[in-house]
Amino acid sequence: MQDMKKLAQLLKQIEDQLVVCMRCGMCQSVCPVFAETGRESDVARGKLALLDGLLQEMFNDSDGVQERLLRCLLCGSCAANCPSGVKVLDIFIKARAIITSYKGLSPVKKIIFRKMLARPELFDRLMEWGSKLQGIFIKPVDELLGTSCARFTSPLGDRHFSSLAPKSFHRMVPYLNTPAVDSGMKVGFFVGCVIDKVFPKIAQAVLHAMKHHDVGVFIPKDAGCCGIPALSSGDTNTFNNLVRYNLKVFSAEKFDVLVTACATCTSTIKKLWPTLAEELSPQELDRVKDLAGKTMDISQFLVEKLGVREAAAAETGEKTLVTYHDPCHLKKSLGIAAQPRTVLQTNPAYQLREMTEADQCCGCGGSFNLQHYDLSSAIGKHKRDNIVESGCSVVATSCPACMLQISDMLSRAGDRVKVKHAIEVYAESLDKK
Amino acid sequence: MISQTVIKEFESILGKDGVFLDETDRHTYSYDAAVLEPVLPSVVLRPERSEQLGKLVRLCNENAIPLTVRGAGTNLSGGTIPTKGGAVILTNALKKILEINSEDLYAVVQPGVVTAKFAAAVEAKGLFYPPDPGSQAVSTLGGNVAENAGGLRGLKYGVTRDYVMGLEFFDVNGEIVKTGARTVKCVTGYNLAALMVGSEGTLGVFDKIILKLIPMPAGRKAMMAIFNDMARASETVAAIIANRIVPATLEFMDNFTIRAVEDYSHVGLPVDAAALLLIEVDGHPAQVEEDAAKVESLCKEMGAENIRVARNAEERDKVWEARRTALSALAKLKPTVVLEDATVPRSKIPEMIQALEEISCRFDLTIGTFGHAGDGNLHPTILTDKRNKEEWHRVEAAIDAIFDKALSMGGTLSGEHGIGMAKSRFLEKETSRGTILFSRRIKAALDPKGILNPGKIIGE
Repeated sequence: MQDMKKLAQLLKQIEDQLVVCMRCGMCQSVCPVFAETGRESDVARGKLALLDGLLQEMFNDSDGVQERLLRCLLCGSCAANCPSGVKVLDIFIKARAIITSYKGLSPVKKIIFRKMLARPELFDRLMEWGSKLQGIFIKPVDELLGTSCARFTSPLGDRHFSSLAPKSFHRMVPYLNTPAVDSGMKVGFFVGCVIDKVFPKIAQAVLHAMKHHDVGVFIPKDAGCCGIPALSSGDTNTFNNLVRYNLKVFSAEKFDVLVTACATCTSTIKKLWPTLAEELSPQELDRVKDLAGKTMDISQFLVEKLGVREAAAAETGEKTLVTYHDPCHLKKSLGIAAQPRTVLQTNPAYQLREMTEADQCCGCGGSFNLQHYDLSSAIGKHKRDNIVESGCSVVATSCPACMLQISDMLSRAGDRVKVKHAIEVYAESLDKK
Repeated sequence: MISQTVIKEFESILGKDGVFLDETDRHTYSYDAAVLEPVLPSVVLRPERSEQLGKLVRLCNENAIPLTVRGAGTNLSGGTIPTKGGAVILTNALKKILEINSEDLYAVVQPGVVTAKFAAAVEAKGLFYPPDPGSQAVSTLGGNVAENAGGLRGLKYGVTRDYVMGLEFFDVNGEIVKTGARTVKCVTGYNLAALMVGSEGTLGVFDKIILKLIPMPAGRKAMMAIFNDMARASETVAAIIANRIVPATLEFMDNFTIRAVEDYSHVGLPVDAAALLLIEVDGHPAQVEEDAAKVESLCKEMGAENIRVARNAEERDKVWEARRTALSALAKLKPTVVLEDATVPRSKIPEMIQALEEISCRFDLTIGTFGHAGDGNLHPTILTDKRNKEEWHRVEAAIDAIFDKALSMGGTLSGEHGIGMAKSRFLEKETSRGTILFSRRIKAALDPKGILNPGKIIGE
């Protein structure tokens, strides 16, 4: 009983945000997890009621509540559609941290986050070992998509995952600091873990585009993870360390905009760094806010800062049909949906054709995919169906995590659809010029 | 508590996945959208086929287990709160549209079909299902029928009741009962559907619903009339009806609501206006033009400061976006929102609006008023914080006062939200002791053990 009081006390800090929910239940219409299961504990209203129940000491199943809190993609569909404006993501992330601090982080996560993720140099080295060894355990199944499946029975089950790149991006470009030329602009480039280790070609496309526009680029040595995997598992300690670490490495140079090609990194830096990082000095907090304020998605940067526009409709030539998937962390969190589409239409070799429900979550949700693979796949299946139905041969998006999920879904169904980042499509058009 | 033997039987019917026993899961079915205390059910059941549903009802009755059916849990009067514990039966896996018949203009659905999805499927065939309750994006048709849900189009098109052609439901013994038909005319047997619509799950459990469909109106036109005087706006509502014009929608918004909406959604509402009327006429294009012109000149005559007629679909969407965001915009202002729906004969709208202003002053409460003025169904929305006990007492007193006022004008306690738990103690005020006793005799005859959503509407 003492414990119950203690947890309730800890949860007090989110009480004012919790009471905003009026239990109208409108979140049921947009939650991808609820659409699959029909279970109230899977939708925001149910989770908020459970947190409220713990707070009111109506019951004491903190394990059960934590388990249900983690059955969430953090896609933000509910928050974007909430009539009362409940800050659902804020609440869930804080609640995960509170319950984790109360119960303690699981030993496995402790090792992953505190011993690996929080130490970028070590993390990089371990992942390299992983990329060298993976050939022994996995076999390529789909060269078009670049996915693999496990050679032996493994904890990964029958998923077709995009394997670690043989050479991660930071090996190709460990450090970069080029001056602004004609454009007078210089960007910091936050590469992010998935692009660095799985899709270095995306980072190369970013550099290609920046070079084309004479934009100076700064990439610090050993940049860290944005911290979302730790934060979403409730490990604020690691998150705080990573924010501070990144702040330090990016402070080494001056730049106008911090660009990323990862929707999740963008939204984490813009929305979560300034509000959820703790134990920062007032000066550090000011700098975090400054950095967050000038962080942009790469397509947003091209359109808003460099004035990139759609190509004039070319009458001739066969076009590749491309459809676009809206990552939740760009559209629902940051309202960025038009810019990537503009970027796709700069390439005259492509024609954009919308799929239905383009902004429906792909079901990846980072570690959600690892913990709830079946549910994640069921949600991803709808995305796959909509992509295939669009009749396009390429699906583009703005988030490497979505690309992992979509590649897995398409590969398992044996579809011949390529998955690309919007910036790759843009860079291809530069090749031809 | 429910015995292990019965739980085993539930599991043999539904499989383990369809029976939620975990306390944490059960907590998420202890509330609905009404501002009332939650009550924990002992078990939650999720059937996927209709024969499972019948078996569950019979099993609950045999073991005297209270049973509350739940669709999306958006009820605003506590109808889906399992007041006596027992079993909650979810309908959201019974979600098939069984038939949409374009030749005979009807549809057959399972109870868990979501209202908006159904409306869209019907519209795809060029037909129209008018009832559009505010929660339609998530609400289920079973819930709509059980509550006799309304919406914005009640004035011209009526409410859910007007679209129920027939029902198949399980009685408390799990026997199937059929009433109504797929035909326009049907006098076969008692008109049981009329009894079941709005019975809030106290008399039987719906299995199939036959709904009437109508052709989609060919034309529509929306406009916004702006008033500097609240009384003029409300008198205009009465005048439009008195002039034999029946708009599809005729919505009212007071100054407080206008400002909240504009702050929230920036749709360009006149924030200085005392009141707004949002009006849409529909039907044959020629008639639409004529009605719109008449409404416009009537508004002018009645002293509207300005009238904005939507010139295209985009402008029309803007008008309705303003109305649709009203509740959201108000809800954002305070933690607790009490949405009332006392309804008066439409000629009494001016008087009711004035009374609401007085009540807001007398109890020193913030009340934003908007709603379906055309059918007399206003939504005075009280903004409060339930944690403030002293203010909450004043809220309860104000609700009593609103009911008394509505009843004194020949109105009714609830236009569309139902009686449930929230209003059952007021029922006798509007009806009579005899009405309650008569209703209880029906209930006792059909549900001798009193297991079907006990305590709702008529108390015990």
